[in-house]
Amino acid sequence: MSKTITIDGKVIPFEEGQTIMDAAMAAGIYIPHLCHQPEFTPHGSCKLCTVKVNGRNCSACTFPAMDGQDVLSETEELINDRRKITQMLFVEGNHLCPGCEKTGNCQLQAVGYHLNMLDNHFPLFYPDREVDASHPDVMLDQNRCILCTLCVRASQQEDGKNVFAISGRGIDKHLIANAESGLLKDTDLDATDRAAHICPTGAILVKRTGYQVPIGQRIYDHKEIDQVSLETEHLQHGE
Amino acid sequence: MANKIRVATTSLAGCFGCHMSFLDIDERMLQLAEVVEFDRSPLTDIEHCTDCDIGLIEGGVCNSENVHVLREFRKNCKILVAVGACAINGGLPALRNHIPLEECLNESYIEGIGVENPKIPSDIELPLLLNQVHPIHEVVKIDYFLPGCPPSADVFWKFLTDLIEGREPSLPYELVHYD
Ligand code: SF4
Ligand code: SF4
Ligand code: FES
Repeated sequence: MSKTITIDGKVIPFEEGQTIMDAAMAAGIYIPHLCHQPEFTPHGSCKLCTVKVNGRNCSACTFPAMDGQDVLSETEELINDRRKITQMLFVEGNHLCPGCEKTGNCQLQAVGYHLNMLDNHFPLFYPDREVDASHPDVMLDQNRCILCTLCVRASQQEDGKNVFAISGRGIDKHLIANAESGLLKDTDLDATDRAAHICPTGAILVKRTGYQVPIGQRIYDHKEIDQVSLETEHLQHGE
Repeated sequence: MANKIRVATTSLAGCFGCHMSFLDIDERMLQLAEVVEFDRSPLTDIEHCTDCDIGLIEGGVCNSENVHVLREFRKNCKILVAVGACAINGGLPALRNHIPLEECLNESYIEGIGVENPKIPSDIELPLLLNQVHPIHEVVKIDYFLPGCPPSADVFWKFLTDLIEGREPSLPYELVHYD
């Protein structure tokens, strides 16, 4: 008998070593996530994937699936929590979507759309953040960084480099480029690296590509992130 | 119709783009006019609002006058609505939040390229600038939010018809955009 968990009452099988997120994705169930991509070691920092496991809140992307677990995901309470988390991510940075190249292709924005987030709720921080345009082909705009570490992991785990890291603590936490100057141009980052393309937001952008697809015809303009995620990430995962 | 629904609108630190988008409901405006009457609004030139049912606010708060207008709306409108990106998060005008006010004024009126007769405007009639631009929910309680830069005509239409017909307003996925 294979082992199973239930998610919102639906029985789904899992294999030893899978997380709740893995099992859900394999079964075609979308759990909202931003800091998770199936190919990279889970990081568990954005908390958007919070689910209730046997009555306790856990991050689905890091929590191992275990036989008989009762997982709740699409409850009103958890959806509200996720909306609040997304609002916090927005107010902690500077997200002016109308002027952002990533708009329409941005996962942070798409999660906001998915959760029907219509306002920011919290007072805005308007933090002072750096923009690094020194690299000839890649641009780093910290105003939009949500510290998901996907670029850090992609650089290490897929590109075999070590271009990015997180530095500082608490409200001062920020992304750094690993070069003595701290500038992206002095790292070995190439525009073809996975790290240059993995950012779920518009913090890392490949230059001169931002408006190749017009606004209004972009990924999430007409398709919800749950569908996009299951179609694309599920495939990567199944391989 | 005896009791029309009274709507007031204003643009604070906005570009009137949201108002233009509202006008994009085109001929539906005639349908709206059957049940709605405009109070204070750039569309009517009425200067102060009296008892209203719905107040639509475009733009964030960037100067002292914006604060007074916003409070007047809150006092007089049963339902107050933040319309567009700037009302919701400050929008483009909030880009100046990272630059000290003095530097902004110097750049605009003293040292900027092409400035003639350099002088920072100080007429007593001019409202004083706030140090930072703020979204309106930081100043008064807001009942509903219509995101978008601008929200499309269909967003205005959906929201207003929901309210007028007594439904809880809601925006489906296709109508929610932050850009
Ligand atoms: S990164 Fe995403 S949420 Fe932030 S400004 Fe750009 S499009 Fe908007
Ligand atoms: S730059 Fe992008 S990928 Fe890197 S940590 Fe920030 S949000 Fe994540
Ligand atoms: S996706 Fe699980 S914590 Fe970010």
